[in-house]
Amino acid sequence: MIDKKLLEEHNLSEEEYTKIKDILGREPNLVELGLFSVMWSEHCSYKSSRIHLAKLPTKGKYLIQGPGENAGVVKADGKAVVFKVESHNHPSFVEPYQGAATGVGGILRDVFTMGARPVALLDSLHFGPLSKPANRAIMEGVVSGIAGYGNPVGVPTVGGEVDFEEEFSHNPLVNVMCVGLTERDRIFYARAGEPGLSLIYAGAPTGRDGIHGATMASAEFGAETEHKKVNVQVGDPFREKLLLEATLEVMEKDLIVGIQDMGAAGLTSSSSEMASKSGVGVELYLDNVPLREEGMTPYEILLSESQERMLMVAKKGKEGEIKSIFDKWGIDSRVVGKTTDDKRFRAIWKGKIVADIPVDSLAGDSPRYNRPYVIPEKDERLEDKWLENRDWGQVLKKILNSEHMASRHWVYEQYDHMVQINTVLLPGLGPAVLRIKGKTSGIALTIDANPAWGRSDPKKGAILTVAEAFRNLATVGAEPLGITNCLNFGNPEKPEIMGQFVETVEGMKEALEFFGVPVTGGNVSFYNETEGKAIPPTVTIGAVGLIPDLSVLPRPEKVKEGDWIYLLGWTKRDIGSSVYLKVIHNERGGKVPDINLENEKSLQGEIIRLVREGKVSFAFDLSPGGLLPNLSEALFSIGKGATLRVETDLEEVFYLFGESPSRAIIISPYRISAKVPVLKIGQIRGDELIVYLNGKKILQEPLNTIKKGWATYFNRLFDR
Amino acid sequence: MGNRKVKFGVVVYPGTNCDRDTYHVIKEVAEEEAQYLWYKDTDLKGSQVVILPGGFSYGDYLRSGAIARFSPIMKAIREFAENGGLVLGICNGFQILLEAGLLPGAMLRNRGLRFICRFVDLTVENDETPFTLLYKRGEKLRIPIAHIDGNYFATPEVMAELEKRKGIIFRYVNNPNGSLHDTAGIINSRGNVLGLMPHPERASEALVGSTDGLRMFLSAAKFVRES
Repeated sequence: MIDKKLLEEHNLSEEEYTKIKDILGREPNLVELGLFSVMWSEHCSYKSSRIHLAKLPTKGKYLIQGPGENAGVVKADGKAVVFKVESHNHPSFVEPYQGAATGVGGILRDVFTMGARPVALLDSLHFGPLSKPANRAIMEGVVSGIAGYGNPVGVPTVGGEVDFEEEFSHNPLVNVMCVGLTERDRIFYARAGEPGLSLIYAGAPTGRDGIHGATMASAEFGAETEHKKVNVQVGDPFREKLLLEATLEVMEKDLIVGIQDMGAAGLTSSSSEMASKSGVGVELYLDNVPLREEGMTPYEILLSESQERMLMVAKKGKEGEIKSIFDKWGIDSRVVGKTTDDKRFRAIWKGKIVADIPVDSLAGDSPRYNRPYVIPEKDERLEDKWLENRDWGQVLKKILNSEHMASRHWVYEQYDHMVQINTVLLPGLGPAVLRIKGKTSGIALTIDANPAWGRSDPKKGAILTVAEAFRNLATVGAEPLGITNCLNFGNPEKPEIMGQFVETVEGMKEALEFFGVPVTGGNVSFYNETEGKAIPPTVTIGAVGLIPDLSVLPRPEKVKEGDWIYLLGWTKRDIGSSVYLKVIHNERGGKVPDINLENEKSLQGEIIRLVREGKVSFAFDLSPGGLLPNLSEALFSIGKGATLRVETDLEEVFYLFGESPSRAIIISPYRISAKVPVLKIGQIRGDELIVYLNGKKILQEPLNTIKKGWATYFNRLFDR
Repeated sequence: MGNRKVKFGVVVYPGTNCDRDTYHVIKEVAEEEAQYLWYKDTDLKGSQVVILPGGFSYGDYLRSGAIARFSPIMKAIREFAENGGLVLGICNGFQILLEAGLLPGAMLRNRGLRFICRFVDLTVENDETPFTLLYKRGEKLRIPIAHIDGNYFATPEVMAELEKRKGIIFRYVNNPNGSLHDTAGIINSRGNVLGLMPHPERASEALVGSTDGLRMFLSAAKFVRES
């Protein structure tokens, strides 16, 4: 009955099928085949990535929980910060609004499953160029999906990034990060405890939506992806909000042994993973599962990815108390199974056993592959024509008025970024900063990715991304506690894609080991490929840092007329993979900047020191765009002009628009000295931006004129 | 009444999400007493000021605030208001008060059809209400908004009546959502039920950007204490 076609539909190889038969000692039935198919999918099992991810550092002095749980946990000023980033790329292409909305829902559950109240969302979004109407529609759908889910749940979206590259036209990236706070002694894990405990299902009824969502995320898209709409789940933020409150109340009363949300592969993955981790088995009574539709088969019940569902293991005798809490919040909850002592995953439906599998074979012992790979060739070009002088005032305005640099307020104003009243810095510049109520400290959050670096040199790109994330944190005086990451790639069965992946992991490893900061979790998204065309390798780093004292936090409002502008760090001949090349030369490659990690570390250390000494009115790192665009953005927030006098031996473009890492701007009324190069390059003054380069005036214009295109870019595209 | 703390009741509907924020500001910043009132409760437990906080009661399904008005606690709130008790509706709370008929008019979707979260400037139009007695007429406030249905609408008769009795308490300096007469907040004719779209609880601490909203809570407390 199980033939080649059926295996293909389930994305299982011949070898995998043979392995399944060996495990069972017989042929699987269709339900069992479906279970293996999902649990062994790339999405659930990390079969292509696991051996490489194992190289990443997972220990650090602030670490409480590393990879392997629903989210990572670090300590921060006596509290526990629970956080994770996850992709929802495939669903967001198929159905942008729901794809993004359920991405938010899923990552929220990952965090409150651990016992933490979610306090912040951030997202890294990458779309195809907005000159194409189809990409505008995707972006509009994704942004309203994030707003439509995050806003009602009452978790502020405090930061993130949006950027554009051609390759994302058919494979947009939607990477969502959630951060939660809890007490250090109240963290919950995916555990099943001992045999004989009740499994309690709480939340939305199970429907047919999202069946094989995980399998969809484990294959390339073809021309017929439209048909996959049925695989995308539909979110209900109202129910999520109630589920969140009820779950946190159940946790507060200490009624459960363990808990896991029903994400990819739903009931099957949550129950089998909890059981496998605790060395027990599970028995599921499918007739007790609340259903949204009639006539659902065991196959569908077990594999549904309906949203807003939780599975928990009750402490003995606490079933009634748990139910009354869920009742209070209007959430359906039922006993749907129990833990057993035989380490089997067994599902019973209408009095018959419909699946009976060793639980470890589903959850722990899925296949692992060391796929063949070739190291990709690097793009090391630095062409003379890129270095010619231009009318730099025009160039600045063109860059600011481009999709790469224009103000993102059209995006983040659609998100409630203030609910919970912890948002200390408004979105738009630098990292997000949240206070911790009742303390003088705060946390800094950032999410960073730069596909242009990955495309030219995946390894260096990964190192630069980690460095940039930490540099972002440094500008608010925060040192990193841990990171979470999303690794977005094409089809890993192709050696060149696998090579990009291996290089990226190597780069992350090198940077993280150097900084001594652990990975606490994240996810891998392969198969971001449509009709054979892959996305550029894109590593998204979500980092959490601690700010010991918010009273000295640099912020735009602190900047005063007459404050000095200092450039810290090293400016070199770096223009490859830059925004300048994209906007002015329509060139998307070129040599990725070199980075000296020792220099980077001293720079960050010095910025943190200066901020904590209270000497800094405002600080920002020089990220994509370079000096002039980044400084202009800061001035727009500050609402004041500046005069710059800069001297350079290099070609002018490197100084004004180059993207050398290990640089930051500090604005301060004080004389600044540091153990890294410091140049006083200007002063806050008036309402114009005036720039002298090697004594020659290259720009003098009212800030408002420069700001205009930047401020309205997305409104002009989207507001009708 | 001396310096006894004033008891604020913060109503929690399923889907309310600014309840904790409002509670925090009343208790920790205004330093008054705060208690939650569950939507299924039938009495207000001695609350002297009742606040309907922001959020998405019942998911804003059907229409913002439309289902919440049928909840059990609404009867108690209505009686409290009829007896002159102070009721403050913020954002979704304002929408509920409109749907319940405690305030006139209705909310339409924002002009531009999108959710807007940002700091806006307001002017205080009337400083003789229990909620604004610590403000000065004409004073400019910086308080954030966060809503998609905040475009205030009423018939010309109602607008004329509101204007005549100085019932528009706050106006937007730059109208963000299309509200008639730049209306950001209104009060009932008796002067004890105020609804506004901006979030004063988000503008009560300097660390999060503004303290312009705090006096709304302090005003209500002062009014109760002195009456």
